[in-house]
Amino acid sequence: MKWDEFFVTGDPLIYGADVSIVLTVIGILFYLTYFKKWKWLWTEWLTTVDHKKLGIMYIASAVLMLFRGGVDALLMRVQLATPDSKFLDSQHYNEIFTTHGTIMIIFMAMPFLIGLINVVIPLQIGARDVAFPYLNAVSFWTFFIGAMLFNISFVIGGSPSAGWTSYMPLAGNELSPGPGQNYYLLGLQIAGIGTLLTGINFLVTILKMRAPGMTLFRMPVFTWSALITMIIIVFAFPILTVALALMTFDRLFGAHFFTLQGAGMDMLWANLFWLWGHPEVYIVVLPAFGMFSEIISAFSRKTIFGYKAMIWAMVIIAGYSFLVWVHHFFTMGQGELVNSVFSITTMIIGIPTGIKIFNWLFTMYKGKISFTTPMLWSLGFIVNFVIGGVTGVMLAMAAADYQYHNTYFLVAHFHYVLIAGTVFSCFAGLIFWYPKMFGYKLNERIGKWVFWVFNIGFNVCFIPQFILGLDGMPRRVYTYSAASGWGNMNMLSTVGGFLMGIAFLILVYNFYYSFRYSERENTGDSWGLGRTLEWATTSAVPPHYNFAVTPTVDSFDPLIKMKRNNVNLKPKIEDIKKIHMPDNSGVPFFMASFFFVAGFGLVFEWYWMGIVGLIGVFITLIIRSFDKNEGYYVSEEEIKETERLTV
Amino acid sequence: MFKRFKPFFALGLLLSVFFLGGCSNYIVLDPKGPVAAQQKDLILYSIGFMALICVVVYVLFTFIVIKYRDRKNDDNYEPDQHGSKKLETIWTVIPILIIIALAIPTVKSIYDVEKVPVSASGQKKEPLVITATAVNWKWIFSYPEQGIETVNYINIPKDRPVQFKLTSADSMSSFWVPELGGQKYAMAGMETKLYLQADHTGTFSGRNSNFNGEGFAHQIFDVHSVTQSEFDKWAKDTKSKAPKLTKKQYDQLMVQGEAKKMTFSSTHLKWVDHAKEADYAVKTRERLGEVPQNPHGSKQKDANKPESDSHGESHSH
Repeated sequence: MKWDEFFVTGDPLIYGADVSIVLTVIGILFYLTYFKKWKWLWTEWLTTVDHKKLGIMYIASAVLMLFRGGVDALLMRVQLATPDSKFLDSQHYNEIFTTHGTIMIIFMAMPFLIGLINVVIPLQIGARDVAFPYLNAVSFWTFFIGAMLFNISFVIGGSPSAGWTSYMPLAGNELSPGPGQNYYLLGLQIAGIGTLLTGINFLVTILKMRAPGMTLFRMPVFTWSALITMIIIVFAFPILTVALALMTFDRLFGAHFFTLQGAGMDMLWANLFWLWGHPEVYIVVLPAFGMFSEIISAFSRKTIFGYKAMIWAMVIIAGYSFLVWVHHFFTMGQGELVNSVFSITTMIIGIPTGIKIFNWLFTMYKGKISFTTPMLWSLGFIVNFVIGGVTGVMLAMAAADYQYHNTYFLVAHFHYVLIAGTVFSCFAGLIFWYPKMFGYKLNERIGKWVFWVFNIGFNVCFIPQFILGLDGMPRRVYTYSAASGWGNMNMLSTVGGFLMGIAFLILVYNFYYSFRYSERENTGDSWGLGRTLEWATTSAVPPHYNFAVTPTVDSFDPLIKMKRNNVNLKPKIEDIKKIHMPDNSGVPFFMASFFFVAGFGLVFEWYWMGIVGLIGVFITLIIRSFDKNEGYYVSEEEIKETERLTV
Repeated sequence: MFKRFKPFFALGLLLSVFFLGGCSNYIVLDPKGPVAAQQKDLILYSIGFMALICVVVYVLFTFIVIKYRDRKNDDNYEPDQHGSKKLETIWTVIPILIIIALAIPTVKSIYDVEKVPVSASGQKKEPLVITATAVNWKWIFSYPEQGIETVNYINIPKDRPVQFKLTSADSMSSFWVPELGGQKYAMAGMETKLYLQADHTGTFSGRNSNFNGEGFAHQIFDVHSVTQSEFDKWAKDTKSKAPKLTKKQYDQLMVQGEAKKMTFSSTHLKWVDHAKEADYAVKTRERLGEVPQNPHGSKQKDANKPESDSHGESHSH
């Protein structure tokens, strides 16, 4: 391999990115050194096993990835704004839409939600941490390293360009030679390990670590949604793992699972991918449903309407999510009966979703609604998600889908689901629980600007895409002719895209503004409307052990009942006992670093490097296996001091 | 079939006119054949229902958000109201009914579009068979009965069903002529069948709609719908006047790249059936030394367009 193959050359955009990456890295190194922050970084963040800090790191990574994926989106929109545009060439455009899709789903939506789940769920069930804190750190670092491995592809070696679905045989060696597609396979594989471990971890956490008295049907809706999501993860992600491994064998070792040669089955890849991919949609949308339930209930000052129906709706959605994958390729010619069956199962999944929409509406009915920013995002979700939902039912009608498939109609549909569902929920949840993470709220006035600019931009961006789809514009084309008549709608869509970009910048400014100027919170119940245990902590940001005394629960919405009964949340001094907590560990960070070495080696088919990396991974596993560390105890004195209790 | 739900149909039409600004402007809603017409009817029918759902949700939403906003007078405030069996049953049953109303015509249409289309005059005709083969990034069409072959365009007789036998020499592609009907995949080692028919004469654009790499945006073809007599004359003239397709020429077509429109008086079917021989194109490229290169590799930068140097008939982008 020559050096000009190693670094991506020849494109001014890439050179610009190279420069900005180098400058950012130098800036970070300078900051850490000048302000003597290296030790702080190591002890507080890189080695932490605290669910709250891991959650914050997940969210920070997700926001970074939202920026990266968003820049990809805007580059695409610039290219498509005018017919026959020369801004990007075909190969570059193909790489950008591939990384946009992959990053937004795998490295933005999932970690954003998992981050919020990390921060909130242990608090919401009254636990001190997750069931396996060390494993939680492994999850985060493998996700992060997978994301970084995938992200460097655009400056080193070249990005994948076969679409986030990576259909074979296009993604195979015969049609996509070079390291690009390997980045996709290895990046997702490493990050997937983290997701699967998160699934197991939170499944056990929610089932085994709930506060005394919190029966399954007293769990908050968000906890329920997380539980169901984790079940889907545990069943769905192994499919992705296997599918990715098989394609890796095809590309690196000359196997023929999906290839044109050797009787490979390209259709098998499509089936395996969507057998994971459709449940994946619900993995990123069920936690969103959970968060909206919490927020709508809190700011309507009313208990959730139809709690059991909400839960069962999610359970049914989870089950059905495994029975609809064929609707992603009705056009593959599997015959009338198969298409009819999958059409109907897909439409049926709309029923529980519809039930949920009405339950949210009636949660507000006879309530007292405050229009705070988290609530605005939730209301925006209802309005926009309905469009995503009904167009989803239209796409489910296979005979009609033959005309929508592979067009901008589909693109508009899934953006209405994933932005109005997942992204809105991430913003809503982040703002709602921000005081729980940092001890102050994000500025509401700026937040409302973000909401309105983003919402208007979102609709201006994607409504025209429905029309473009009906006018026959296929997705993933890097350009189109003026004669097609698609120019105006595309220009409009681009304007909307940039409005969303501006909203993102205002959001980032809000992080800074609120850090400087927001009033610091004194109580655990920052909004004054908390209904669940995370708001029952004694301080705005809970101490690392979360609760000095584990709360007991005897109802749904436990904090509301405590408030009505004027229960003093301050722990009694005689109840304070020493608390067992896990020690920090640097091993997960090193393990993930070795995964990076292994992944990077395999991407370039430098097997010595792959082997070195994997040996490193095994060494870290062995170190952990013989680790006798049992954690430590937080002393009674320290707890009393933290809780400001005096004898 | 659709008569019972005429109101929804009308509502859908109305909304399409209002919202889409005149549906006849949009290709999918402006069918030129019976298959696309049936799909358009199904689409408008479903838009009617969907519009109704949106209206119900938005009216309810607006009412609730305005009426129950936080204000001084809160006689209506019921913080513990936690459900209603009656209401929840209503919004479970109504969606079920809507799904049934959508499922029946959907399933019927799914079965219908796999049958030979019936022309507007109601008479059944024997379909014309055309084999469509996708190769990165062009379409090769064979007329087995007429013994002729075209690249990137076809002529079809109007008012006569056409059976497309779809296959691919490499990527998974999707054969789509939106004005005539929905798409279907063309896959190497597989044969899928698609029926289409044109009710009008004219030129309709078709394309591969399934992403397959660099030349994807330009993998388009023209469908010329002509009268049966014009078609017969064209087929006869082509058979007698057009050049024969040589194996060498065909193998050059297997190389990745775009191509001009071409016409031949013989087909490739005697050499290869891509539905049975999935790796023909891959092997041919290896034989010709025209294997796709890493787009970021150094060889690619020296000789950016290998396919353009190799033969005159394909032109590169």
